[in-house]
Amino acid sequence: MAGAAQESAPILSARGLRKAFGRVVAMDGADFDLYRGEILAVIGDNGAGKSTMIAAMAGAVKPDEGDILLDGEKVVFASPMDARARGIETVFQGLALAPALTIVDNLFLGREYRKRGFAGRWLRLLDRQRMRDEARRQLSDLGLSTIQNIDQVVETLSGGQRQGVAVARACAFGSNVVILDEPTAALGVKESRKVLDLILDVRARGISIVLISHNMPHVFEIADRVHIHRLGRRIAQVRPDEITMSDAVAIMTGAMEPPHS
Amino acid sequence: MASDDIASFASGPAPVSKRIMYMLHGNPTIIPLVVLLIGIAIFSVIVGDRFFHPFNLSLVLQQVTIIGTVALAQTLIILTAGIDLSVGAILVLTSVGMGRLALDLDMPPGLALALGVTVGSACGALNGFFVTLIRLPPFIVTLGTWSVFNALIQLWSGGQTIRQQEIEAAAPVLQWTGHAMRMGAAQVTIGSIMMLLLAAFLWYMLNRTAFGRHIYAVGDDETAARLSGINTRRVLFAVYLIAGTICGLAGWLLIGRIGAVSPLGGQMTNLDSITAVVIGGTSLFGGRGSIIGTLLGALIVGLFRNGLALAGLDVLWQEFTIGFLIILAVSVDQWLRRIAN
Repeated sequence: MAGAAQESAPILSARGLRKAFGRVVAMDGADFDLYRGEILAVIGDNGAGKSTMIAAMAGAVKPDEGDILLDGEKVVFASPMDARARGIETVFQGLALAPALTIVDNLFLGREYRKRGFAGRWLRLLDRQRMRDEARRQLSDLGLSTIQNIDQVVETLSGGQRQGVAVARACAFGSNVVILDEPTAALGVKESRKVLDLILDVRARGISIVLISHNMPHVFEIADRVHIHRLGRRIAQVRPDEITMSDAVAIMTGAMEPPHS
Repeated sequence: MASDDIASFASGPAPVSKRIMYMLHGNPTIIPLVVLLIGIAIFSVIVGDRFFHPFNLSLVLQQVTIIGTVALAQTLIILTAGIDLSVGAILVLTSVGMGRLALDLDMPPGLALALGVTVGSACGALNGFFVTLIRLPPFIVTLGTWSVFNALIQLWSGGQTIRQQEIEAAAPVLQWTGHAMRMGAAQVTIGSIMMLLLAAFLWYMLNRTAFGRHIYAVGDDETAARLSGINTRRVLFAVYLIAGTICGLAGWLLIGRIGAVSPLGGQMTNLDSITAVVIGGTSLFGGRGSIIGTLLGALIVGLFRNGLALAGLDVLWQEFTIGFLIILAVSVDQWLRRIAN
């Protein structure tokens, strides 16, 4: 799947992104390429600026300079809603779910379905049945059928289940690109396993995935390509089968020169 | 890799205490309901038939109408993790405004009424402006506007009470909310019915519209709400505006309740409204709570005051008991939040 992807044009890319917060330069000419249907892992040391770059793709940060290209066309995102409208969904670290709301409420937060006709237009009545049905379908499509009660409050779910809901939410609305920021950071072994399987399922649906992670075994297990970020820019793109984990970490931390690619 | 035990899931039925916790966590409104029923049981034993008399129960409803209505406004604010210390001042300011506009400017009473409610909306909009655009903490903003509105009350009213007869002559519509409808021995005022209708409307808004869900989301986790594409500032501004408008309506109910317009009334309304909201199970940390809980909370406050008075106890014991009820309610909220983690 990924082998052929390289040949085509990238679905989401960036050229020369620059962003400074006061005197701290978070992006210093960062490039980025994501190809259709692949899982691209982004790794980098703390403070390398990968989160800022991802936030720019997600519409949460406005770069000072540089272009973001979606399907080759230049785009400017003023907000995460803009990015979402163009099919880029982001699961921010810390999940961005409202804990006291139910699973259904969270899945549809900010894009609720209203009833048709008078009740929806004038009484603003929500179509709760339709949202429930849709939520149930999405969760079972993604193999999250262990969540039986979709009217359950999110804070009563385990960490893995919450991550599952967040991912389901990102995939649910016809998105092309899903950005996952540290999806397994707070999870135990079994739960991480489930989330990794979930990510592979999402790729199987033809969605392109950006995975930011510090967990090298996870990155090397599921990524098709690895983007290595250092000092505000991309310094290497490697394939996990062509490089060892320790070399990748050495490049990331500056202990080793990047390979020419 | 580590052993599988690290992330194993709990299995088997939970102990009874846990199950009660989860049930309460899912339906926190049960708690004020139970407190209300216990209160009714206690007072029916101590006070006896007088307490259960329909007239007395309808009196309790009349007594909680103002507090209950203002508490509905306060519920919306507290659901967004805010607080409004100016609600009592808005309440009085709007009632003074309605009276003065009708008497001094010889305005048609209906217009004075509408403008008075609009004064409430404007007060709410001012709070909302400082909270959302200047981004000040609601506590500070409303502490400040409480003082500002109180000064306006004194300036506008000149410290004078408008007597019942004057209003009756010039603008009887302002007293309309105080009219009681007889239902057997019970007397239900139009104001009480308006409070219940308002509660029904707000319940619908909070639970059946996207805007209502957004209010909960903003109070629960503002960042999550914003990242979900909710315009959190617009939601917050709207909440303060609606709360101010409700306080404006409450100003009308206040004239109906006391018949006159007094610049001195309603000073306890701030704390009483927060008390009713908190006893009703709404969390001061935002995102959790309900309109029904607030109605029950207001009824609990009214019932305990009424029951203790009928039992012949000093008024101070009412404050004493209600103080403990507040602490109890907040303790339960903390306990429920802890099990969530």
